[in-house]
Amino acid sequence: MARGVLLSFLRGIAVVVGVVTLTFLLLHLAPGDPVQRLLGPAATAEQLVTGRHNLGLDRPLIAQYGEWLARAVQGDFGGSIAQGRPAAELLAEAWPATAVLILLSLALSWVGGLLIGALQANTRRRGLDASASALSVALNAMPSYWLGLALVMVFTYRLRWLPAFGAAGVDADFLTGWSRVADRLRHLALPLLTLTLIGIGGAARFSRAAMRAVAGAPFLAAARARGLPARRVVLRHQLRNALVPIVTLLGLSLPAVFSGAVFVEAIFGWPGVGQVLVQAVQARDYPVVMAAATISALLVVAGNLLAELLVGVVDPRVRHAGA
Amino acid sequence: MPGLKRFRLWRDPRGRIGLALLALVTALAVLAPLLAAADPNAQRDVVATRFLAPLSTDVHGVVHPLGTDRLGRDVWSRLLFGARVSLTVGLLGMAVSLLIGLLVGSVAAGGPRSVSVLLLGATDFGLGLPRVVLLLLLAALWKPSAALVIVVLGVTGWMPVARLVYAETRAQLALPYVQAATALGMRRAGVLLRHALPNAMGPVLALATLGVGNAITLEAGLSFLGLGVQPPAASWGTMIASGRDTVVNAPWVGLAPGIALVIVVVGCTLVSDAVSER
Repeated sequence: MARGVLLSFLRGIAVVVGVVTLTFLLLHLAPGDPVQRLLGPAATAEQLVTGRHNLGLDRPLIAQYGEWLARAVQGDFGGSIAQGRPAAELLAEAWPATAVLILLSLALSWVGGLLIGALQANTRRRGLDASASALSVALNAMPSYWLGLALVMVFTYRLRWLPAFGAAGVDADFLTGWSRVADRLRHLALPLLTLTLIGIGGAARFSRAAMRAVAGAPFLAAARARGLPARRVVLRHQLRNALVPIVTLLGLSLPAVFSGAVFVEAIFGWPGVGQVLVQAVQARDYPVVMAAATISALLVVAGNLLAELLVGVVDPRVRHAGA
Repeated sequence: MPGLKRFRLWRDPRGRIGLALLALVTALAVLAPLLAAADPNAQRDVVATRFLAPLSTDVHGVVHPLGTDRLGRDVWSRLLFGARVSLTVGLLGMAVSLLIGLLVGSVAAGGPRSVSVLLLGATDFGLGLPRVVLLLLLAALWKPSAALVIVVLGVTGWMPVARLVYAETRAQLALPYVQAATALGMRRAGVLLRHALPNAMGPVLALATLGVGNAITLEAGLSFLGLGVQPPAASWGTMIASGRDTVVNAPWVGLAPGIALVIVVVGCTLVSDAVSER
């Protein structure tokens, strides 16, 4: 177990370094000049040269990379070209919003998906099973940016219940206590609902398959034969055993969930890493793109490691292997 | 062998529904010029023809089955021509992934151990990357175009294919018929190409079908962010993006392309389910 975690940790570091290197190369090999964009079309050739020199862009690629890496390890990602603030500061503000969104939606979609999957795997009513399957296929097929838009149509414009933009209202600074919390929650509702609905579709599909895979196991028949109530058999025996592949998938699905979050953040103006990344990419804000790519890779790798540890928690066989 | 597969696909109700959905959308895309109510990019008298509700007739006597957008363009026609873009980009993007994945996976399965370790390492590494970050970078930094999106989708989507091809081919290589072929004097490359790979293709095709739906969604997503197919060309992503600004007064502009997307992805999922017989 410990050896496996150590290996995954090293692999995680390799992935982060790989993402950073790839991003760096892509940024610097791509056509388009951030200095030109910054100074506008009226800039003279001399100004462009000075600008490049000031940002260190005229030095050899490998030297730029080495310097960036040496600074990044110390948490210094350079200054944002477009906004004039440290890139690390921008990301430090953004990452909790993304982490909250992803973790909450993962938790909600897997609890919901597991319940639906367990119900489907154990019901005798084929109509219920089939319609739940159809629903989960349809939900899973919805692009996040479109479902978000549809929810805005209903909840913001028709019902006028929930706000559709940002993480807090314009009056947030004047709110205190519970009304402040309520304001935050209301702003979180639609982005979270969008990601969760899509997630439930995938989670229910996978849970149903995992629950059915253990459904014929002899230990379930034994548990029933001993007279255990049906609910206890499902929850304590069937679910426990189905959890192992499910938790593994949870880790593997993280990059996809992050992808979904990028689009959701773009739609709802949710101030997270995805939003920062999209804006920085469009503005060719090199330092911020690098910082955002690093943070994205770190979030995904950290999530994968967590999932791996979680597999040890749900499966004693993994926990005690080689210990 | 393919005949049998198709038969099985047709016997499964999911396969039938999925195939029907995909056939419908493909037919609409192919027949777009015949079925369209108007030129998808035509703007005639913007003020008089914009934001017409579905099923209304404009001042020129043209019927708009799905209404018009803010420039007075016919949504139904844009949907049809957008289908051509979405389906082509999705299919070709997945084809590139499939090709790279087949190559990497089969070489890793049949090649020398050092090559295999290297390729599998690269695959695992790629699987851990957040795909959207790469997509955004590639699409944003080069001049956006349909061809670029195809390449980018292909280059960022081959890793699961390679993993599966590797696993399936390895499983085939362990079977007695491979030993028999080797005993008969067949060379390793021949065994791999003629026997192991074709027999490993079932699950791979299931994954590829699912991947087409995924690629179409991502293409639309990139176009939605303004990094894919460029306006005024009709694509489902750009249509949803323009519908975003008119949610209040013309919800149909954004709803129609989204529903089309869902239909295609559901079709791909059902066909994939039926092929893999889950």
